[in-house]
Amino acid sequence: MSSLQSQDVVARSATTTPSPSVRSTPQIAKLIDESKCIGCKACQVACMNWNDLRDDIGENIGVYDNPADLTPSSWTVMKFFEVEPENGSLEWLIRKDGCMHCEDPGCLKACPAPGAIVKYSNGIVDFISENCIGCGYCVKGCPFDVPRISAKDNKAYKCTLCSDRVGVGLEPACVKTCPTGAITFGSKDDMVTYGEKRAGELQERGFKNAGLYNPQGVGGTHVMYVLKHADRPELEDLPANPTISPMVSLWKGIAKPLAVAGMVGAVVAGFFHYMKVGPVESDEKSEGADEKEPS
Amino acid sequence: MRYLRRYEDGQRMNHWVVALLFVLAGLSGLAFFHPSLFFFTNLFGGGAWTRILHPFLGLAMVICFLGLFVKLWRDNRMTEADKAWSAKMGEMLKGNKEGMPPVGKYNAGQKLVFWALSWSLLVLLVTGFMFWRPWFAPYFPIDVMRIAVLLHSIAAVVLVISTIMHVYAAIWVRGTIRAMTRGTVSEAWAKKNHALWHAEVTRKQ
Repeated sequence: MSSLQSQDVVARSATTTPSPSVRSTPQIAKLIDESKCIGCKACQVACMNWNDLRDDIGENIGVYDNPADLTPSSWTVMKFFEVEPENGSLEWLIRKDGCMHCEDPGCLKACPAPGAIVKYSNGIVDFISENCIGCGYCVKGCPFDVPRISAKDNKAYKCTLCSDRVGVGLEPACVKTCPTGAITFGSKDDMVTYGEKRAGELQERGFKNAGLYNPQGVGGTHVMYVLKHADRPELEDLPANPTISPMVSLWKGIAKPLAVAGMVGAVVAGFFHYMKVGPVESDEKSEGADEKEPS
Repeated sequence: MRYLRRYEDGQRMNHWVVALLFVLAGLSGLAFFHPSLFFFTNLFGGGAWTRILHPFLGLAMVICFLGLFVKLWRDNRMTEADKAWSAKMGEMLKGNKEGMPPVGKYNAGQKLVFWALSWSLLVLLVTGFMFWRPWFAPYFPIDVMRIAVLLHSIAAVVLVISTIMHVYAAIWVRGTIRAMTRGTVSEAWAKKNHALWHAEVTRKQ
């Protein structure tokens, strides 16, 4: 499948010239309010239904998580956490895991295949699977450990934020199906405002550290959470300060032009050295005369 | 004109196998390094095929290089005499070869290139396995793979630049390429560039 929204691409993997971006769409976001989530997994069902994906039947690992982790055909997964934020205060936290749709996507930065990952002006980061070469660099680039590579076709897959639905004015399938309204969808600004309002309500009800998870280390995300314990996102396996790894930034940042300049420079330097200094010649008085090879 | 044997035929063929694999592994790897070089994937049947082939080409290159390494590493050990030669390397690059101290089979510059190639290939081999999809990458955590890809790139650049120097030196010093195309060098070449080696070889005869 090619990109459905080919004229509002603001970033394209392994591409150094501007992408088609004549059309500009408002920035959108999905907000997941964990305080309203009942862990019913309707979002998982809606995701596999709309995207027409069926995961292999797996193993029960003794907890509700099913499947236990994201897979190439399970793009969203409910994760359940039994935690004690304070001593003796058992809480059951449920987080809908999936792609965060970073404003500064590490997967796109790391991807070496032109056009295999694009970011639309609305903020959605999409894998254009036909351009994927299966190298797995997106896995190294992602601060949230989201992309999964299929063993069947060696292509990377993840949540598309239903770019095909959003592109025609619909909300993502998980949002449409959520029975409690825990998942909402709208403009990024509206969702930030609404998320902060919800966090304030939770604070009034005793969750002192409730807050919006919209990490600025990756420029903010287009999937945000309202967390009951926003001061400790690691309780739910979320990085506290996600950023693109410095290794990836170095590798896909300054190292690229520097190394190319070094390699081209070495050839050019050799060429001019030869032209200036000339070759080192041996005094061969009778060069080319009867050769005597040693036996 | 007398010619002295510098390499056995086996070593020469080994060298050229490594050289060909270097070109293939190098082009296929550079394709993933910088978008401006992605067009190299066209030489290998597209992006996915390049990704599939690159690790095999690289591994084959390292294995073949090992054949050269075991034959040549003894002659490439750095000695005290190399320091004197290195100190004067600037003069030589300016074209004043006359004042250079006499050297054996390899001068300090050649030895440096030899070890740069050896070490970079070792790093490329080890780090390459760490993100070789689909077989080996799943055994390594993501943080480790991030370090591996960076080191792999750095080692690759060291390898490429060392090889550019290696090729240039062979072109610059007339009569050198013959050592790899025929296995022999002229006596005048040996006297001028590797006087101690010349003395050693001619003494034996």
